[in-house]
Amino acid sequence: MTLADDQPLLVAEGLGKLYGGRVGCLDVSFALWAGEVLAIVGESGSGKSTLLKCLSMQLAPSSGRVHYRLRDQRMVALDRLSEAERRFLMRTDWGFVHQDPREGLRMGVSAGANIGERLMAVGERHYGRIRGAALDWLDRVEIEADRIDDSPLAYSGGMRQRLQIARNLVTGPRLVFMDEPTGGLDVSVQARLLDLMRRLTHGSGLSAVVVTHDLAVARLLSSRMMVMQAGRVIESGLTDQVLEDPQEPYTQLLVSSVLQV
Amino acid sequence: MTPAYNFAYLNEQTKRMIRRAILKAVAVPGYQVPFASREMPMPYGWGTGGVQVTASLLKPDDVLKVIDQGADDTTNAVSIRKFFVRTAGIATTEDTRRATVIQTRHRIPETPLGEGQILVLQVPIPEPLRFLEPRETETRKMHALAEYGVMHVKLYEDIARFGHIATTYAYPARVAGRYVLDPSPIPKFDNPKLDRCPALQLFGAGREKRIYAILPHSRVVSLDFEDHPFSVQHFDQPCALCGGRDSFLDEIIMDDRGTRMFVCSDTDHCSKRRAAGLGSSGERR
Repeated sequence: MTLADDQPLLVAEGLGKLYGGRVGCLDVSFALWAGEVLAIVGESGSGKSTLLKCLSMQLAPSSGRVHYRLRDQRMVALDRLSEAERRFLMRTDWGFVHQDPREGLRMGVSAGANIGERLMAVGERHYGRIRGAALDWLDRVEIEADRIDDSPLAYSGGMRQRLQIARNLVTGPRLVFMDEPTGGLDVSVQARLLDLMRRLTHGSGLSAVVVTHDLAVARLLSSRMMVMQAGRVIESGLTDQVLEDPQEPYTQLLVSSVLQV
Repeated sequence: MTPAYNFAYLNEQTKRMIRRAILKAVAVPGYQVPFASREMPMPYGWGTGGVQVTASLLKPDDVLKVIDQGADDTTNAVSIRKFFVRTAGIATTEDTRRATVIQTRHRIPETPLGEGQILVLQVPIPEPLRFLEPRETETRKMHALAEYGVMHVKLYEDIARFGHIATTYAYPARVAGRYVLDPSPIPKFDNPKLDRCPALQLFGAGREKRIYAILPHSRVVSLDFEDHPFSVQHFDQPCALCGGRDSFLDEIIMDDRGTRMFVCSDTDHCSKRRAAGLGSSGERR
């Protein structure tokens, strides 16, 4: 184990976001290590998405701070970075998978261009290489190579979501934020997507923060989880531990309200 | 000259404001400087931006040339020229070499421009990123941070669909290694003329209220891919009038049976060549 491995990749300290007098999220602190998948679960309105946006600097937090370890191992406070550095981080070292793929994809251009965009943004100027990377990633997310020049409009929901993942992972990010990545997909497509995401995260050293209301998704993908209620983290721990032996009444309620087939 | 108007139509305060915008544009080549564009006695899309830039540049001893799609005798060119003759009483010419200020739409003259000349281009949409990013706040940020990767997404799409870069006009270019600009809807045939041009090139967009500039002798590089380099249009045949092979040609439909004729779009260039006895003028009508 090197020194880098025992230092966290991302640390949130007392993170909070207020919308006027209303609480988005409050006093959230945690650390995320390289290669780890953290799930944030809770019901609608519990502050999951607000927290995710604060972590990924799409929203400025009202209190608290997020530290991130850059590729050169420097630990920086994200709010201290200049906007240029933050945007560079977002398109190289980070990924963001939206629930609605239309938000994360460029719907007007082909799938190949969608995957290639980040490469071009970091200065790749060789068409053949961009095309090659796009084909490689389509293969990895199980989309047929002959769909490369199709617009995402011609894709099904599940394919769009997989395309969105490919588009995010093409620059080899170290951290991916996912907001309900399986929301709105039917169960068999969900299963395939989860399978794919497990394959992509396990063993690659990729870290992820996954927001979901679906405990099954948390169970399958994450190693650790946090349960949120009314903007606060009420319970956190190893995923299996929290799901098998929930301590908080609210967590018990969540776990027991999952439908059993 | 009509005495009811100030010299060159605009009042002196307005010219001062536009000259300030021009100075700023010259100081930051390729940067789109906002300016308080005025209502002009012509509709948007007819060159209100170019006319305002020209009006604030003109001196009584200037010689003005106005071209529209390369021609000196088309509606837009004739009426703008007449406008300045009436409001400024200045001399006009069709000769590219004699002109001190050239206002143009859609073309850059074939005759190389020289030091001391100013080319004013009319611009409909100054923002090269507009079709990829509709938000003005975002495009400004992208310019500020030189985030131009998305420009290549458009070129990628061209190659993926057509096998080559199919953008033929308003071809994006990078000025002096910094700002990417839309060179107005000139054919990409004219893009190489932007590069290291000894004349000052000013771009005015009236409706969008932006002015930008390319300094004399500055590097202007058209965007491309390493394995799909930038190239200009080539024509299979010479100009039917002057026989020129190195100019941009217009296709003219001669009748309703598909007879076509290709002639120079730059009328000054074509007529000078014919006056010098080149080509087969009169051979074909």
